[in-house]
Amino acid sequence: MAAPVATDAPSAAETARLRRRYAMRGVLSRVSLYLVAILAALLCAGPFVWSTLTATKLNADLYNPQHNPFLYNKPPTADHVMFLFTDTAFATFAWNTLWVGLLVVLITLVLGVPAAYSIARLNRPWSTPMGIGIFFVYLVPPSLLFLSLSRVVVWSGLQDSTWSLVLIYPTITVPVSTWLLIGFLKALPRDIEEQAMVDGYSRLGAVLRTVLPLLFPGVVAVVVFAFTLTASEFIYALTFISPTSEKVVSTGVPTELIRGDVFFWQSLQAANILIAVPIAFVFNLFLARFISGFTMGAVKG
Amino acid sequence: MAETLTETPPRQKLDGARQRLSDRDGFLAWIFLVPTVVYIVVLVAIPFFLAIAFAFSDVTSGNPSYDWVGLENFYRVFDDAVFWQALRNTFVFTVISMLLIVVLGKVLAMVLVADFKGKWIVRFLVLLPWTTPVALSSVTWLWLLHSIYSPIDWVLRNVGLIEENSYFLGRPALAMGSIIAVHVWRLVPLAAVIMMVGILSIPDDITEASRIDGAGFWRRMFEVTIPLTFPLIAVAALFGAIFTFTDMAVVYVLTGGGPTNSTHVLASWSFVRGIGGGDIGQGAVIALFLFPLLLAAAILILRAVRKMETI
Amino acid sequence: MSVTVEVSNLVKQFDGGHVRAIDDVSLAIEEGEYLVLLGPSGCGKTTLLRTIAGLEQPTSGDVLIAGSVVNGLPPRVRKVAMVFQSYALYPHKTVLANIVFPLKPEKLPKQEREAKARWAAELLGIDNLLDRKPRQLSGGERQRVALARALVRAPHVFLLDEPLSNLDAKLRASARDELKQFQQRVGTTTVYVTHDQAEAMGLGDRIAVMDHGKLRQLGPPVEVYDDPADTFVATFIGSPPMNLIPRDGTLVGFRPEHLLPVEHVVGERVDASFHVDRIEYLSGDRHVYGTVSGIGKDTRVIARLPATVTDSVTPGESHAFGVSVTRLRFFDAESGLRSEPIQVNAEHG
Repeated sequence: MAAPVATDAPSAAETARLRRRYAMRGVLSRVSLYLVAILAALLCAGPFVWSTLTATKLNADLYNPQHNPFLYNKPPTADHVMFLFTDTAFATFAWNTLWVGLLVVLITLVLGVPAAYSIARLNRPWSTPMGIGIFFVYLVPPSLLFLSLSRVVVWSGLQDSTWSLVLIYPTITVPVSTWLLIGFLKALPRDIEEQAMVDGYSRLGAVLRTVLPLLFPGVVAVVVFAFTLTASEFIYALTFISPTSEKVVSTGVPTELIRGDVFFWQSLQAANILIAVPIAFVFNLFLARFISGFTMGAVKG
Repeated sequence: MAETLTETPPRQKLDGARQRLSDRDGFLAWIFLVPTVVYIVVLVAIPFFLAIAFAFSDVTSGNPSYDWVGLENFYRVFDDAVFWQALRNTFVFTVISMLLIVVLGKVLAMVLVADFKGKWIVRFLVLLPWTTPVALSSVTWLWLLHSIYSPIDWVLRNVGLIEENSYFLGRPALAMGSIIAVHVWRLVPLAAVIMMVGILSIPDDITEASRIDGAGFWRRMFEVTIPLTFPLIAVAALFGAIFTFTDMAVVYVLTGGGPTNSTHVLASWSFVRGIGGGDIGQGAVIALFLFPLLLAAAILILRAVRKMETI
Repeated sequence: MSVTVEVSNLVKQFDGGHVRAIDDVSLAIEEGEYLVLLGPSGCGKTTLLRTIAGLEQPTSGDVLIAGSVVNGLPPRVRKVAMVFQSYALYPHKTVLANIVFPLKPEKLPKQEREAKARWAAELLGIDNLLDRKPRQLSGGERQRVALARALVRAPHVFLLDEPLSNLDAKLRASARDELKQFQQRVGTTTVYVTHDQAEAMGLGDRIAVMDHGKLRQLGPPVEVYDDPADTFVATFIGSPPMNLIPRDGTLVGFRPEHLLPVEHVVGERVDASFHVDRIEYLSGDRHVYGTVSGIGKDTRVIARLPATVTDSVTPGESHAFGVSVTRLRFFDAESGLRSEPIQVNAEHG
């Protein structure tokens, strides 16, 4: 007979002390969670608060080092926001960014989804090397290609046209997106599409009817990723396009509102806010959907 | 055999059934991949080799005819002290940014997966730096770091920490620090979202088992969460590093490489030389310098990920 | 109206020949038959099923459905129905849409499709669930949806891949009964893959036992149980498995229920001394663990005493047990295959 394992059962007083300690810890961890969350929100969004404040200040208020910059020392004004629409091509820039972004997202999905499916699922001997190959394409950054691509754009006759960006931007988005989608596809259960094939569909039919709907979270991720990359892109937009009417916000706003040494600070800040908030808002909705898809197991299968 | 249901519909015979193209995996595999491959070959592979060719040429934006000049461009680039400064800056910029981005991204990811009131608004605010076009947010930072009207200086002055304004972008060390800070600020949300996905995909039972086994917050973090999400952290770090390594937008808007070319990175220096100065050959040499470094970094990280996955 | 399925000399290799998942298997499934493919995980049974379905193409050999070779044909045209282990219900579709799904490629009018789907749903008693999504269903309901979806296209053959393994033990018994009744009603040829011998014994008209890609034995449950072709089948089937006792290069085998106190053995018997270690009571039966000597080498075996045997058996003591000579099976110790009976000291009881 083995001796019973010695366990020191805690006394009632000891348990009560422990309970107090853990209750304390619970409160502390809640408090620190909120503190970190608030701090993160402040650090991330602070510059945008600053933008808003600046954008609505009068020149006389803004350009006085004696003024407390955190307060309105003079009444706020909307003049500098209006200036964007009345005296600059801001609306054109925003529109260009939007349609270029949407087209690039579309092209990215049309190229990326089939390519990712081919690599992830169709089990050809060259699938793995091809996947790695596509990944390495991502390593070839705009800063390496803009010189030769600027020649390509000249040859293609798209110089100084926004369409040049539609042509070139997928070089940035397709490799990353394909790579992302391969990951999502690998996490989807194979059973479902095989079931569809047994149920009387061709491979293509099974992909269209069962894989695509289930790939939705991955598609959302790609949309968000590709659009953000496109809207943020700077080098190509700067290199390929000079006429004002063809510019996107990334290049249009800085070049139009910084004239030599003169910075239209308030209007610059207004442009920042007007672009940043809608994008973040829409993507936050997407992200919520994306996360709920995750926690419901749509991706885990 | 037992009774057969009378309602059972009549069956078709197998005869005449044939394979369509949409059934053939081999065919589909090609047709799905060909557009992407063609696109990438035409607009990435060819320009890439073109860039290599430019490096050995005297092509300028004014005179696009191709003449072979051998290593001439390399000598001129290496003779320039700014190049070596830019190379050093690129490494400092990448290494420090990546460390900060991974650590802060991890912290932010932990916050974003936690459950608390006002989560939606916090997530919205936290996403802002990443979703905003970098040129615009950099301009905002330009204003925040303004030599006269910087609110940061104003606070420091009023607290009594400084007498004079800091001139964030006017001193080489401070300017580099500012560039790193803005870049980190911009990419931490992205890193956090990627890591959040990793944390969410850890099965609950593993976390719960470790709690029951008596692991506290820190031990859970270092012995469960981080090892299990390591491949994702590595991927996030890899993406971030490539992004950082090749990014020039922040540098270009914030300092334009100044003061006196002290904050250039390879990408911005290549742009200034190749497009600004029109010397495409030199620009190409500088840009090509990025590639082997990127390749080495990527191979290292991919290896680490594969190692983790096989365990 | 069902058809036969046949595979001949089927070989399936993976990884360029490194893995032989199916190793020269030939078997014919008769019309309306319920054939169970039984074996441990990794024995190739699921690969065989998937090859019949057309999800895998054989490396060599033929698959015949209704007498015609279907090699190279996509699953679509084979008119088979498959129920996956996970049930593979389309999570984004309602139950009705799931059941209608296989009918869409047949280009039937919409009304006819729905009528058929409702007929199948009614047959399986899920007509009240048609508007639900799969994640709102219980395990048993999911199985029925999967079966309704399989049934609706009137397939030549049902292929079921461990459909019960995701259910809890309690549900499994009733689901098994339901499956059998279902097949008896529709009379469709069925191939059923499982690693659970109780399912196989209960469901199959015939059982095909597989191991390492090879077909070890094919026969009705009674035959597979009573006359195993080799030691693998003998020990894989039966719970507890057949006892095997080495004796002169031969293994002497007998089922646990045939090792009984001498007075309960009828006819010619082999006597043995059974030194009991431990007794388990399992729903009326007693499983007695101990060492038997006198048949061959002293070996640890298990005896299963039915509730009707009430003799007292005490752990730590030796008892006089025996096995009826007709219950003994003999295997070659080297190959494991059945061999000629050898003389074991037999006595009349």
